[in-house]
Amino acid sequence: MYEYSEADHAFLAERNRQFRAQVERRVDGSLTEEEFKPLRLMNGLYLQLHAYMLRVAIPYGTLSSDQLRKLAEIAERWDKGYGHFTTRQNIQFNWPRLRDVPDMLDALAEVGLHAIQTSGNTIRNVTADHFAGAAADEVADPRPHAELLRQWSTDHPEFQFLPRKFKIAVTGSAADRAVIRAHDIGLELREKDGKIGFRVLVGGGLGRTPMIGKVLRDWLPEADLLPYCEAIVSVYNLLGRRDNKYKARIKITVHEHGIEEISRLVEERFALIRPAFRGADRTLLNRIRAMFAPPEWADLPVPPLPDDPGLRAWADVNVASHRNPGYAIVTVSLKKHGATPGDATAGQMRVLADLAARYAHDELRISHEQNVVLPHVHRAHLAAVHAALKAADLATANVGLASDIIACPGMDYCALATARSIPVAQGIAERIEALRIERDVGELQIKISGCINACGHHHVGHIGILGLDRAGVENYQITLGGSAGPDAAIGERAGPGFAYDEIVPAVERLLTAYLALREEPGERFVDAYRRLGPAPFKAALYPEAARDAA
Amino acid sequence: MPRAFAAKVLTANDLLEGDVVYLAADDRWVRDHREAELLEDEAVAEDRLLYAESRAAEVVGPYLADARGGPDGPEPIHFREAFRTRGPSNYPHGKQADV
Ligand code: SF4
Repeated sequence: MYEYSEADHAFLAERNRQFRAQVERRVDGSLTEEEFKPLRLMNGLYLQLHAYMLRVAIPYGTLSSDQLRKLAEIAERWDKGYGHFTTRQNIQFNWPRLRDVPDMLDALAEVGLHAIQTSGNTIRNVTADHFAGAAADEVADPRPHAELLRQWSTDHPEFQFLPRKFKIAVTGSAADRAVIRAHDIGLELREKDGKIGFRVLVGGGLGRTPMIGKVLRDWLPEADLLPYCEAIVSVYNLLGRRDNKYKARIKITVHEHGIEEISRLVEERFALIRPAFRGADRTLLNRIRAMFAPPEWADLPVPPLPDDPGLRAWADVNVASHRNPGYAIVTVSLKKHGATPGDATAGQMRVLADLAARYAHDELRISHEQNVVLPHVHRAHLAAVHAALKAADLATANVGLASDIIACPGMDYCALATARSIPVAQGIAERIEALRIERDVGELQIKISGCINACGHHHVGHIGILGLDRAGVENYQITLGGSAGPDAAIGERAGPGFAYDEIVPAVERLLTAYLALREEPGERFVDAYRRLGPAPFKAALYPEAARDAA
Repeated sequence: MPRAFAAKVLTANDLLEGDVVYLAADDRWVRDHREAELLEDEAVAEDRLLYAESRAAEVVGPYLADARGGPDGPEPIHFREAFRTRGPSNYPHGKQADV
């Protein structure tokens, strides 16, 4: 993992000292809210519906056990004993008091964490495949590149006031678990003639105008990563619209100017700035890469899994292949049926930190699906890990299944929300459990957002749910057939929305219809949808309309 | 015909705690919607908003929210404002914890 240098520590200490003084000046009245708001947002402090919220960046979703223990301590000492992991691999604390925030930031700095650039029109936390460094199918660990991008973009003087926020995601695997096609820049590590490079996508994004990213360069040599990204962001910085916030993201810039013109401008700029990079970035990358050297793998015998149905059912869905065949990747679901997606209590964080220290070479990852990953668990320890998770109520076996729902905070917390998301996710998961159909339904991605900003990625859910305010009443719109992976697609709107108490039954009807419609048990929901088109699913959603038409 | 003015309460978030607050008739910031002053006259409501903005050292983001009179005091109209009187629906946190 990346280790902070003295300069990094000094930088954070100075930023926190400044913010402490700014808070004091706000409290004593020398700063107005208008003056203070941009300062607090630069330090990740939002004001939500019921309280402040501190958003802490978890760079490319990687945490050490010490860092997770510190997050647990912060949750307990200054919040309400839990934290919420987000789709951007961040953690949010929902109840801090203004005066405590400088202390929280100092505590974070002790373990090399901060909240800088988790807001504002800047380059946000660089996200990555949550199986990075562990996946059996990756070309290379993308985290050194993500760290290089993080260092380059943090406090970058030219990019603090972009037309709009800017999100970069990196994956080392063609399987794309990082939703790179829905990011402003998506980077996919590839190998060609024994060399590492990138496919570069640009202009993806969800929100009001969802777009799938377009290929800007099919092959970018690894050495050109920073100058090329700098070229993209500076072209956007000049061209991006500042007159209309809804048209300010790079996806609109690419859409309005066309990918050819953007490519021409980026290549022109790249040629201009590339000589200035002189190789310092590559030296830095090599230094960073050394810090991400794989752990020393244990060479233990792999016993067969004990014949425990609970363990086997869990291993079936929550365990993935590791690059080292003796090892496995364990995903810990934070989606117990009826629980808030992505929430972990301080106690659970400590259990996970202890398990990582004992069984996973001290590493954890946070997934954009709002789960926690133990990336390097020796197969000899799977049963012990499962037993410990079970004791902590963390052994829900539903990763990738219907109740592994992504849900944004929605109107239970978020000031921008138009409706709630969390209770809808809770209701669907509970219903699925009551029906006992989860295993049978198989892989299914349900994603819920509480407003058009789409933090819950609803557009790319196999079933997407968008909460809206229709004349003062919560209303939920369903989209079908979206996908977040390499076959990324924007879901299609199914029809009129559903009231709050109708949305769970509507999803149930969809699942029942799917079970009847699929060709064979292996045909996933999204595949059946692609094969059959929307009509039979719409008929299930709107039985009265179907009856009237008959 | 101009639309009739819908009654309002003046609400904001407390500067230090972030908690939802309402302006009472005696100029106190209160935490309970039912203790808020119901503003039934548009000019008075606008005046109260200006007044609230002058108290920026205590609160953040004051605004007028639709409300109606009820047996125990003003009641919210929109569901967003109703949630603000209670707290989130997934945990007994926020105002509902104090009841
Ligand atoms: S999608 Fe909307 S409601 Fe949900 S977290 Fe994002 S801004 Fe808030």
